[in-house]
Amino acid sequence: MAATNAIGRMLDSDLWWSFKRSPVTVLSAIVALVCIGGAVLAPLIAPHDPFDLASLQLMDAFKPPAWSAEGDLTYLLGTDDQGRDMLSAIMYGARVSLLVGIFATLFATMLGVAVGLLAGYTGGLVDNVLMRVADIQLTFPSILVALLVDGVVRAALPREVHDQIALFVVIFAIGISEWPKFARTVRGSTLVERNKEYVLAARVIGISRARIMVTHVLPNVLGPVLVVATLNLGLAILAEATLSFLGVGVPPTQPSLGTLIRIGNDFLMSGEWWIAIFPGLALVAMVLSVNLLGDWLRDALNPKLR
Amino acid sequence: MSDAPLLEVKDLRVEFPTRRGTLVALDGVSFSIAPGEVLGVVGESGAGKSMTGAAIIGLLEPPGRIAGGEIRLNGRRIDNLPYEQMRRVRGREIGAIFQDPLTTLNPLYTVGHQLIETMRTHLDLSAAEARARAISWLEMVGIPAAAQRVDSYPHEFSGGMRQRVVIALALCAEPKLVVADEPTTALDVSIQAQVIALLKRLAREKGTSMMLVTHDMGVIAETADRVAVMYAGRIAEIGPVREVVKHPKHPYTAGLMASIPPLDRKVEHLAQIEGAMPRLSAIPKGCAFNPRCPKVFDRCRHERPDLMDTGATHAACWLYDKVENYA
Amino acid sequence: MFAFIVSRLLQAIPVMLVVALISFAMFAYVGDPVAIMLGQDFTEAQRAKLVQDLGLDQPFFVQFLKFVANAAQGEFGLSYRLSRPVAELIAERAPATLELAFCAAGLALVVGVPMGVYTGLYRNSWLSRLFLTFSLIGVSLPTFLIGILLILVFSVWLGWLPSFGRGEVVQLGWWSTGFLTWSGIKALILPSITLGLFQLTLIMRLVRAEMLEVLRTDYIKFARARGLGNRAVHFGHALKNTLVPVITIAGLQLGAIIAFAIVTETVFQWPGMGLLFIQSVGVADIPVMAAYLMLIAAVFVTINLVVDLLYYAVDPRLRVDRGVARGH
Repeated sequence: MAATNAIGRMLDSDLWWSFKRSPVTVLSAIVALVCIGGAVLAPLIAPHDPFDLASLQLMDAFKPPAWSAEGDLTYLLGTDDQGRDMLSAIMYGARVSLLVGIFATLFATMLGVAVGLLAGYTGGLVDNVLMRVADIQLTFPSILVALLVDGVVRAALPREVHDQIALFVVIFAIGISEWPKFARTVRGSTLVERNKEYVLAARVIGISRARIMVTHVLPNVLGPVLVVATLNLGLAILAEATLSFLGVGVPPTQPSLGTLIRIGNDFLMSGEWWIAIFPGLALVAMVLSVNLLGDWLRDALNPKLR
Repeated sequence: MSDAPLLEVKDLRVEFPTRRGTLVALDGVSFSIAPGEVLGVVGESGAGKSMTGAAIIGLLEPPGRIAGGEIRLNGRRIDNLPYEQMRRVRGREIGAIFQDPLTTLNPLYTVGHQLIETMRTHLDLSAAEARARAISWLEMVGIPAAAQRVDSYPHEFSGGMRQRVVIALALCAEPKLVVADEPTTALDVSIQAQVIALLKRLAREKGTSMMLVTHDMGVIAETADRVAVMYAGRIAEIGPVREVVKHPKHPYTAGLMASIPPLDRKVEHLAQIEGAMPRLSAIPKGCAFNPRCPKVFDRCRHERPDLMDTGATHAACWLYDKVENYA
Repeated sequence: MFAFIVSRLLQAIPVMLVVALISFAMFAYVGDPVAIMLGQDFTEAQRAKLVQDLGLDQPFFVQFLKFVANAAQGEFGLSYRLSRPVAELIAERAPATLELAFCAAGLALVVGVPMGVYTGLYRNSWLSRLFLTFSLIGVSLPTFLIGILLILVFSVWLGWLPSFGRGEVVQLGWWSTGFLTWSGIKALILPSITLGLFQLTLIMRLVRAEMLEVLRTDYIKFARARGLGNRAVHFGHALKNTLVPVITIAGLQLGAIIAFAIVTETVFQWPGMGLLFIQSVGVADIPVMAAYLMLIAAVFVTINLVVDLLYYAVDPRLRVDRGVARGH
C-alpha cells in the first residue's frame, strides 16, 4: 500500500511533471538507461567475449562495420586490430568507464560533503583553512590534478603493485580532483541552514554538533549535492576517458572506452575509423545523456528558474 | 486646466499564463489621472498596485501581458504601441521611480553619465548642455556639492541620496506623468518624509501628474489628491483622499482605515481584518472580499460588483447598488 | 592602485609556496632519484657522492629552500628520462604550447562572447537554441574526441589539413614560430579548434547566464523605464555588468587552456610542454613533472593578477572598498 502511495505521489509531483514535459529529458533518460543497461549486462548480452583469447581470430582483424561491403554480420560494429568484436568491447569498456565514473563521483561526493559540512558548520579557522585549500585546488583544472595524482602514485609504487590497483588509483585521482565543488556547494547551503531556527532549536535542546550536522543539516543540503553529483558524473566519465586516452588511466587489461579510443587512434590514418569512432560515440551518448539529465534536474529543483 | 484626463485606464486586464492555468493579476481596473493630479494607489502586497504601474509604463514582467482594456495618455492609446514607440514614451512622457534605490542605479556608471544619457536620449541637447542640466537637476533634488557629485558612482551615495538621484533621473526628460512605485519603502523612516516632500514639491513645481503606489496610508494622506484602494487585482474604492480616509464606503477600505493607528488619540486595540487576501489562483466567486467582509450578503457570493457611485467616492460593493435599491 | 597590486602579489606568494612544497615533496619522496640516475651498476662511493651532489643528505628545510631558490632561477635539474636540463627542455617546447594556447583562447573569446550575448538577448530564437544545443555537445564531447573527429574529417577524408606536428617553423632567436609559414598556420588550425572549442562553449554559456541574470535586475528595468534604446540597454548597461564575472571565469579558462593543451598535444603530436609532461608522467620523470607544475602555477597566478587588475578597471566599487564586491 505504501509503495503504491509513493508511486502515486511521484506521478503527481512537480518533478515528474517537468520530466514528462521535456522530450529531450525523456530521450536522454532512455539513452542513459540503454548505455547503463548495456554496460551492466555486458557479460550476459554481449555477442562475444573480448577477453576470451581463445575465441579471437586474427583473420577477423580490421573487419569494418556490418553494413559496409566487406562487413560481417557477426561483428555488427566491426573488429579491432586483434579481431575483437567492437560492440562487445564497447559494452565491456562502458562497464569500466561507468564504474570508475560512479565510484570517483561517490568518493568526491563523500569527501566534499564531509569537508563542506565541517567547514560550514564549524566556521572560523577550520573553515578558512579548508576553503583556502579548496580554492587553491579549484584554480587548477581537475584533469591536471588527476594527472598529477596518478603520476605521483605511479612513481611511488612499484610497477606490479600499481598495475594491480590501477583502477583504484584512477578512481582516487579523479575523486580527489573533484571534491572542492561539492565542498563549496555544501558549505554554502550549510551556512544558510546553520542559522535557521530549527537548527538553533536543536542546539537549544542540547543535541550534539555532529548529530545536528548529520540529522538536521545534511538532509537539507542534499538537493544541490544531487544536482552537482549528476553533472559531475559526466565529468568523471570524461576524466577517466581522457586519462585512459593519454595512456595513464586504467590498465590495458581492463580497457575502458578511453582506452579503446586510444587504440583506435593509431589506426585512424590508415582508414580503420570505426575502431576509434564507435567507442567515441558510445562515450558521447553516455556523457551527453547524463549531462542532460543533470541539467534538467538542476532546473527542476531550482524554483527560481521556473 | 481642462477636464480632459492626462492618463486614462479603462478595464485593464493583465494575465499571467502559467502551467496551472492563466492567472488574472488585474481585472477591470479603471481610473484616470488629471494633469497635475497626484493619485495614490494603496493595498496589501499582491493586490496589483505595482502591476498597474508596470502595465502603464509598458514593462510588465513576461509572461505577464495586457489581455484587455486600454491605457490612454493624452487621449492616445499607449498599451498597444510597438516597442520602439513605447520606448520614446518611457522617460519622455512617463517617468518611473522604483522601490529600491540601491538596485535601480547601474553601479558601473556615474550618476552624471546616467542623467546625461537619459536626457540626450529624449531631448536635443549637446553634451555640455546635458552636463549642465544634470548638475542643476542634482541641485534641484537636494544633492549637496552637485558639481562635484555629478562624477560620483552610485555606491558613493547613501540610500536616501540615491533615491534623490533616481527622482532626478525620472524627471530629467520632463515627463508629464510619473509612476512612483513604493518610492520610500526601502528607505529609513527618517528619510522617507524628506523624499516624499521632495517628490511632492517637484511634482507641483513642474506640473507633473503622479501615480504614487504605496502601502503607507500616511504618505497617501499627505501627498495624494485622490486615492485608489486595490484588492485582489481590482479597485475596491476610489475617490478624494479626505473622503476615503474619513468616510470609507467599501467595507475593505473601512477595515484598512481602522487598522491604522490614529496619531491624535490612544486606542486599546487596533481593528484588524480577519483572514488574508486570496491568492491569485484562488480568488473567490462573486466579490473577492466576500469571505472576509463583515457586511457580506448573498449577492456578494455570486455576482462580482463593479465600481458604483456612493456619492463622494466610487466603491465596488453591492451595498451601493442603486438599481438594486430601486428594485 | 599600487597598493592593490602589491596586496595581490602578496596573496599569490602562499599559493606558489604551497605548489613549490608539493613539487619538492614529489622530488624528495617519490621514487628514488639516486637509483634512477645511477642506473644498474654503481659503487657505494658513487652513490654517496651523488647523494651529496644532489644535497639529499641535508635537512628538509635546507633542501626545500635550495629547491625554491633554484626554481626561482628556472633551475630544475636534469630530466631522468632525457638526461638534459629540464629548463632547457621546457624552453624548447614552450613556444609551441603558447602559440597554440593563444590561438585557442582567441577563438574562444572572439566567437564565444558574441554567441553568449546573442543567446542571452534572444533566448527563444531558433538560432539561440541551435547554439545551445551545439554548446551542450561541446561540453559533452571530450577534447581528444573532437581532435580525432577533426582529423578524421579534415585530414583523412578530405586531406585538407595536417593531422600532426607544427609544420614548418621559423626560429626567431630562441623562439620558434609557426605563424610565418603557410604550413605552420595550416598545422595550427585543427589543434586550435580542438583546444578552443570546449572553452568557447563554456564562455558562451557563462556570458548567456550572466546576461539573463543582469537583464532581470532593477537597474536594467529602470534603464528601460528611462526610455533608453535597446542598444544602450543591452550593450552599455547589461553587457558591461556581465564583464566582472565573465572576466574571472574567462581568465581561469585561459589558464585551463594551457593545462588542457596536454590532451590536444597528445592527439596532434604537437611538440609542446603538454606532450613533454604526459611523456614524463608515463615514466615518472619527476623533475619534469615538478617543473611543469610550478610553471602552470606561475601562469595561473599571473592570470589571476591580470584578472584582478581588469576588475579594478571595470568595477568602480572596487576602487573604493576593494574586495567587498568580489565574492558575490
